[in-house]
Parts: sequence; structure tokens; C-alpha cells
Amino acid sequence: MRIPCPHCGARDRREFTYYGHETYLNRPAPDAPPQAWDDYLHNRDNPCGATRDLWYHDPCGTWIVVDRDTATHAIQAAQAVANRRASA
Amino acid sequence: MRYSGFRVLAEGLRGNTGWRPAWRDPAPKPEYDAIIIGGGGHGLSTAYYLARNHGMRNIAVLEKGYLGSGNIGRNTTIVRANYFLPGNSEFYSHSLKLWEGLESELNYNVMHSQRGLINLFHSDGQRDAFARRGNAMVNQGDDAELLDRDGVRKLLPYLDFDNTRFPVYGGLLHRRGGTARHDAVAWGYARGADRLGVDLIQNCEVTGIDIANGRVTGVQTTRGAIRARKVGMVVAGRSGQVAAMAGLRLPIESHILQAFVTEGLKPVIDHVISFGMGHFYISQSDKGGLVFGGDLDFYASYASRGNLPMVEHVMEAGMTLMPMIGRARVLRSWGGIMDMTPDGSPIIDKTPVEGLFVDAGWNYGGFKAVPASGWCMAHLMATGTSHDVARRFRLDRFATGHVIDEEGTGSQHNLH
Repeated sequence: MRIPCPHCGARDRREFTYYGHETYLNRPAPDAPPQAWDDYLHNRDNPCGATRDLWYHDPCGTWIVVDRDTATHAIQAAQAVANRRASA
Repeated sequence: MRYSGFRVLAEGLRGNTGWRPAWRDPAPKPEYDAIIIGGGGHGLSTAYYLARNHGMRNIAVLEKGYLGSGNIGRNTTIVRANYFLPGNSEFYSHSLKLWEGLESELNYNVMHSQRGLINLFHSDGQRDAFARRGNAMVNQGDDAELLDRDGVRKLLPYLDFDNTRFPVYGGLLHRRGGTARHDAVAWGYARGADRLGVDLIQNCEVTGIDIANGRVTGVQTTRGAIRARKVGMVVAGRSGQVAAMAGLRLPIESHILQAFVTEGLKPVIDHVISFGMGHFYISQSDKGGLVFGGDLDFYASYASRGNLPMVEHVMEAGMTLMPMIGRARVLRSWGGIMDMTPDGSPIIDKTPVEGLFVDAGWNYGGFKAVPASGWCMAHLMATGTSHDVARRFRLDRFATGHVIDEEGTGSQHNLH
């Protein structure tokens, strides 16, 4: 599996660390109820098929959101988290 | 039909004309007292113990494929009770005791072989940790022996003891650990459940879970609607999708774990060997194939196949530990879908939906748990209370902080 880093191009999967579903980016407010924190940290949709998850490219230090398919391992798109926030 | 040596002899004399199918192939009834979703090891053992221990006979197991077509038929078959933490320790101890009586219990040869399991260590610090683990195992009533380097050398003379990165300092020997024939475990429980009147319904995929006023009322399937006031979800890697039918999100992410088998060889590896520092473990099947595996591929996947980097990693670890296997040819490899929880421990609990129960999160260790998982899930479904040895496997333990993190690596999804 090769993941397209926005800065380095398609790179071997071994250069990346996986951090789970992109829900990990949606940190609740500090005063959010415990239920929101439990949801954020632990509970997952765990989709079979299209998913969007968070990877870290170790050599260049970029956080990347990857659109891919959990049933086929096909990768559709990858975007740097920083750019995603800027365009949002 | 009861199986015995006499029966084999008698059938041999009669040209094997008397054998009958080991279980019926019933059509689903419109209503059951309890439904188990999932005809794998855990689902079948749950049904068996519901009938045997709790006298419930009007039960169905719904399986979308054929019985035992999931992880129970594609794992590395290791049976052990060498856990450290309260919660895991008593549960796996109970499971191993059930394993030891399983063949006479089921009247079925599951080829349970207590050949001994050895966890290797490679530093003074790791020796201390394993000594402590061994003491915890002994305190639980199970067996553990700390072997020094010479002790390991006597049992496993073929290891590379002087490896510069991971020199072998010794090992923790768990003599009652071993292997079993995985398919036979599913078949034995299926036959046992069928004989107690459980309907095993294959090619019957659950497509919806019916809920009225916060209470489960039945399921929708590809073979029609079936009513039941108690429904157990026992679907391993598919737990996320089945729970979603009930509007639930579970603390589970499904990952891929690969395993490998070589061509058949003469007996060469007599034990189960675990090389934790290299993420590698190996045993030899009765057929002769070396069965080995490593760590997860470490990303969410339902592909039932892994990627090459982990293949390379596992092969490297094997060659590091026992160079003698370098000439063996790998026959096949495969990937299983593992229901990973944040802390690496399972869940046997009620859900927020009344009458709906979940048995999931077996991570990469579900096989050895099959007897006790079924025993405890049956107890929970029949009585409404958790069995004593499974009382810590709570669905809400991540919210309350009562996690069971056996590896001690933390409680989040990318760590186990």
C-alpha cells in the first residue's frame, strides 16, 4: 500500500503511522460532557467500505487525512490536515 | 449419534454406511426465545451453553455464510491462560479448564494438545516482568515456570541464542498451553448445540435488528423476520456493522492480522513459541505445517488480506529467532478481521437496548476464549447478570476508566 503524501508524493506505507478515524481531529470542548469525550476517544463507526482516517508521515512530519476503502485498500485522496483547516 | 472407537470399528465393518450429518439444517421458525447472531466459535459455544447450562432449548444461531466460516476457521489455534491482569486472568483460567474437559464434554475430538507454550525474554528487565507474570499465573491457580537460558536450550536447541539484538535470556514456560484443531471446535460445539435442540441456520444474514420502546423484539434476515426477546451479537470483526443496525457505536475498530503456513515438514517444533520482542510466534500443526504470525498491519481493514511490509517483518523475525526454518516454503498466508478494542480486551455485556447483548472485541486472541466466552455470554443472556469471571468485560469501561490494558501501552485505537 502506498499513501500519497501531499508534500512527498506516493510513499511506502511503512513511512506512515496510523492514528485511526478522522474523528480523532474533532476534539470536544474542554468542558464537554464525559459522554462526548468517551465518544471521541473510543467509539467508532468502523465502516466496511469508504472511510476517512488520519495518518502521520514520519519523515516529513505531515498529518494527513486519507480517503480510502477498508474493503479493498484502494486510496482515493489524501490531504494535509493543515491545508484542510485553512480551506474549511 | 455418539462417536466412539467402537463406532468407528462398526462403521468400518459396514462400509461406513451408517454415518449421518452431524447437525440438522432447519428452516427458521417465526419466533425463538433467544437468537445468536453469528455461527462462529463464540456464537456456537454461546448457544451450546445456553442449552446445556440454562435449559434454554428454543434457540437459533443465525449465520450469514456457513458454520465456522470466519475467524474460527482461520486462526493460529493457540490455547493458553498466561494473562496477568485481574479480569483477564480469571477468565482465561476458566477457559483453559473448559478446554481440558472439552473433548469428553462434546464427544468430539478437537485435538487439544497441551504441548507447552514458551514466551521468550531477552533482557533482565523482561525477565523480571515475566517472573511477575508467572507469579500472577500461579496465584490464579494455573501453571508457570521460569526457565533460564539453559532451560530454554534444552527444550528449543534450534534457536539462535546469541543473536546480538535479542539474545535469549530465558523463557516463561506454560505447560498447559498448547493448540487445538480450530475447525473441530466449531463443529464440536455445533453438533453439541444441535443435539440439545438448537436450530443452526446457515446462509441467513441478519439485515436489521427490530427495536420497539427501547427493547429488542427480533431481527430481519435474508430468510425473513424472526422474533425474539433476547438477541446476542457475536460477530467478531463485523461487530461494528451489526451494532449499527441497532443504532449503536462500539469501542471497536476492525483491523487486519496476517498468518502463514509452510508446507508440511517432519516434527521439528514441539511447543508453541512466542517471540514477543520480534512480534513473532510459531507452532507446528499435526499435519506438519509451521503455523506462524506476527502483529497487526495496524490500520482499519476488512480486506481479509494484508500488505507485504508485515509479511516481510514476520519472515525477518522468524529468521532472526530460528534460522533453521529458512528453507521451508510458505504454502499460504491469509488475513483475518480482528475486532480491536482500545485496551485490547474483550466485551461481554448488555447494551443500552433491553434484551440485546454483545460479545465482541476479541482482538487477536479469540480462539482460546471460545469456551469461556460462550459460557459467560450464555450466563449473561439467560440470567441478565454478568458471570463472575467476565464481570470486568464491560461495554462502559472506557467511559468509566476501568480499562484492562494487558500490554500496558495505553487505551486508544492505534495501539493494540
